[in-house]
This record gives sequence, C-alpha cells and structure tokens, in this order.
Amino acid sequence: MYSNVLVLAEVKHGHVRNVTFETIAAARTISADGQITAALFGTDMNGYAEELIYHGADRVVLVPDAALNQYTTDGYRQALLQLIDERQPDAVLLGHTAQGRDLSPRIAARLNSGLISDVIEVKMSEGKPEFIRPIYSGKAFSRKRAKDGDGPLVVTVRPNNIPVLARDVSRQVDVQEIPVEIKDLRTVVREVIQKTSEGVDLSEARVIVAGGRGVKSADGFKPLQELADVLGGAVGASRGACDAGYCDYSLQIGQTGKVVTPDLYIACGISGAIQHLAGMSNSKVIVAINKDPEAEIFKVADYGIVGDLFEVVPLLIDEIKQMVH
Amino acid sequence: MKRTFDTEEKIIVENNRISKDGVEWVINPYDEYAIEEGIKLREEFGGEVTVACIGPSEAEKELRTALAMGADKAILVEVDEDELQGDEHTTAQLLASLLKDRPFDIILAGNVSVDNGAGQVAPRVAELLDIPQVTTITHLTVDADQNKATVERDVEGDVEIVEISLPALFTAQQGLNEPRYPSLPGIMKAKKKPLESIQLGDLKLEQQDLAAKTEVVEVFLPPEKKAGRILEGELEDQVKELAHLLHSEAKVI
Repeated sequence: MYSNVLVLAEVKHGHVRNVTFETIAAARTISADGQITAALFGTDMNGYAEELIYHGADRVVLVPDAALNQYTTDGYRQALLQLIDERQPDAVLLGHTAQGRDLSPRIAARLNSGLISDVIEVKMSEGKPEFIRPIYSGKAFSRKRAKDGDGPLVVTVRPNNIPVLARDVSRQVDVQEIPVEIKDLRTVVREVIQKTSEGVDLSEARVIVAGGRGVKSADGFKPLQELADVLGGAVGASRGACDAGYCDYSLQIGQTGKVVTPDLYIACGISGAIQHLAGMSNSKVIVAINKDPEAEIFKVADYGIVGDLFEVVPLLIDEIKQMVH
Repeated sequence: MKRTFDTEEKIIVENNRISKDGVEWVINPYDEYAIEEGIKLREEFGGEVTVACIGPSEAEKELRTALAMGADKAILVEVDEDELQGDEHTTAQLLASLLKDRPFDIILAGNVSVDNGAGQVAPRVAELLDIPQVTTITHLTVDADQNKATVERDVEGDVEIVEISLPALFTAQQGLNEPRYPSLPGIMKAKKKPLESIQLGDLKLEQQDLAAKTEVVEVFLPPEKKAGRILEGELEDQVKELAHLLHSEAKVI
C-alpha cells in the first residue's frame, strides 16, 4: 500500500489524455486513502488541473516552465526528479505512452528503483499491490510485485485498460506551483510532423479498423479510413500490408509493431498470423472480414463475415451512418 | 542484443513459467534493426561495431549471426537466468558496468524486446552512463565533424525531428532500415571473428547491485477465446446483422 503517489499527467491536442485518468484510477487502487498528486508540466495548463482533481487526484502541482512545453528526455527527467525529491512519493505512475516509455526507465535507473511497465490491471492481494502486464505481446501475462527498492516504485499504465473513476465535480480543487531548474538540454526537437489523422492514436483508439494483404494497395485503405472515421476510430495494419508498402510501419499491429486493446477491432483482409494475433487478440470485440473462410483470424473473432472487404466495408459504412442518424 | 523466441512461437506455461522446450531462438527483431544501423554507420564512417549480449552460453549462436551480418566483435556476458533471478534493473546494471570502461560514440539497441516487452533496459543504461538518448528512431543521420546526430523518431504515429549531441544512445523502431541477411562469406568470416565471453565475476558489481527490484508472482495465459459467430445469408443482410450485433449485443457502437 502506498500513501503518497505521484502521477505525471499528459495533455495532448488540448485535452488531458484519457490514459492519465486511467493512471489516476490505478493510483487510487494502490493507495486507498493515501494522497494522489498529479503533476502538469509546461505553461498554459489552465483548466486541466480541475479535470485531474475531478477524476480522482487529491492535488495538482503545476511546473510552469516553458522548457517543458515540448517533451524532451532531459527536460522532463530533470523536472520529474526534482519533483520527486520535493514530494517524496512512494510510487510514481505514468502512462505507458511515447513519453512515459521514454522517461520512466531513466527515472527508475536514477532512483535505483524498480519499474513495472505496461500495466493493464492493478489489484491488491493480501494488502500488497500487484500489477498485471502482458508478455510476448499478449500471448501471456505476468503478475508482478515490487521488492524493497531504494527509491519509489515506478509504474507505467497501458492506455485503454483500467476504468477511469467517475468524474466528481464536487471535489475540492487544490493546485500549487512548484518551480524547477532545467538546464543543459542535450537534445533539441526541431520539428514535429503530424501524420496521424484526426488525432486518433492507435494505442488509445476505442475502435480500430485494420487492413492486411487483402487490401491490395495503398488506395485500398481508403474505405477502411472512411469506416474508421465514421466510428471515430483509427486505422491499423498487419505486417503483410506494411511489408507490401500499402501503408506506413507506424500503423503496424502485432508482436513487432503495436499491441492494441480497443473496444472494437475490425480486421479486413487479414489472415491472422500468430504474430498479428499477439498484437490484437485481447481487444474486447473482434470482427473479421475475409474472403477465406479458413483464415485463422476467424478463430479469435467474435463476429465474422466471409466476403470481399471491398463489398462489405462500404455496406457497413452505410449501415452505421444510418444507425447514427 | 537480446535473444528472443521466434515471433511465430506459441507460448506454453509450465510450473508458473514460460516453457523454453524446443523453441526457435532469434535475435530480438528490434535489435536486428539496431545491429543493421550500426553496420551501416561503420560502412559510412569506418570504426568498429561491437555487439553485446547478456544471456546464456547458447546466445553465442545469435551473436555469430550478428557477426555474420557484419558486426566486428561480440561480447557475451554469460549469465544463468535461473540463478540470477534478475529484472530490468539487473540487466541494465550488467550492461552499464560492461560499457562504462569501453570507448563508444553511439549505442544502438532495440526499443523493446518482443518477449518481456518492457522497453526499459536501453534508457536505463543511458541514464547509468549519463548520456542522452532518443528512443524509437526511424532515421539516423550522423554529423561526425560536429559530433552530433539528427534523428527522426516515431511518436505514436507522428514524427519528431530531434538533434542530439554525441555520444548518445538510440533505440530502433521498425522502419529504421531493412536488416540484411548474413551472406555465405559473412557466415564463414563470422566463425573467426572475436567473441569475448565475460563471467559475472569479471564485472565490478556487488550482489546487491544486481538484486531485482521487482518480482514475478505468476505467469499465465489469456483465457481461451470462445469461437465466434460466422454470419450467414445475403451479404447485405449479414452487414445489417453485424451492425445490429455491434450496437445491441456487443454495445461497442
């Protein structure tokens, strides 16, 4: 049981990321009545602190330093280490996001701490916090515990797995600012090129429409994108589609590539190689659309349609549009 | 470099641990990108590529593969994983201890291993060596005169262009390069390339430096998925039924 937990919040596209609320929920499970402090790095953080409190944080610390407006390993590392020194938390939780993955091992190494990464479930067992995380990209799971470390335990929480706490606007808002000293940054971010459409990131998407070799070309992804847009989701791909050059490797889902757990996964023209299944078979609901009735993907699908994706997907788009109206 | 199960392997749990019986081993696919990038840098700038691995003596096979790809030297820190009972902290301590007295300009690693999948070891090593890092890179350009590099990194699908001073550590993301297959002459040459074997006792580390900070209580498989429903009838009707099921039964749209 932890009495003082620090959560590093993330803001993206003008919103607190959902994974931050999920991380606060995880913090609540391992701290019971302990204090949860959420940290917001960067200037212009007005309005976000309240949301963090409404979602379960007891207090928010702002670190309003312009050097933190863009994530850099060095900048965030220095700020977070100073904050940890100041607040002396016994656990530090981050999202298992690009930022959390880059930062958490450095913090843990500096503090001589244990780090449990990519956690999908948190529970108390005989008074001790336990953390479940996928191994072999979800082909198996391991249940882990902290041993007595020198520093606080560090944990990263995978998006889309832990339910957020009910939003409660009656919670007392407690915000304070903590200045930090940031110097000697060894990296400079020159440019950020936005490639993700509609700002829906694969790892956080509630709905994913994924294409495989059956999509046949880069153009073949257009109806998939349209279906994803109608459902407010993101497009993904199998290794086959990426290797064939139909889409960017950043879309690849599988044991090499991204591991995803959306509410709805629609696999179009994907045969279902074991290394792809590892990346998506823990999705809550799986739909498979494939011409080949013997395709492995049907073995993990909740619903299957044996047919040509270029016929099925447009029909499905129309059907869903009608439902929405 | 880490050796991992081939990604085609099924996972079997026996006595609360992953069975290694009869498993095909490979170089962790992300580490393969790192090795390829190292060889490409040597082809451009000269110098030397050393591949280091913490693992059992059997890992010599994967190290020889890396040498056959074109790496110059290999180092194996031989450990008995059952005896060591380590975690990511342990591995990072071993690697940092190995690397701290050896000269290097760039450290390359995979951004994650396809088995444990935590992605901790490389950034931990960078911290212990006090060098900067860029993770999940998809492109690397080195400016040797200025002693810096410009990289592209994958940030959840977007691309960040980052400048960094050297020495530095980079972790490879898919798309960085296309790893070469070892050629037959490469395989022949690899047999004669130096492979240094280091025992735990050779590293200046105390038992307490290596003690794991976390422990695995249980390893288990996901629940077997029930066979789903293959819809039937006219395609239009199937699609209607699917939309209806997703809405009212699965409640996901």
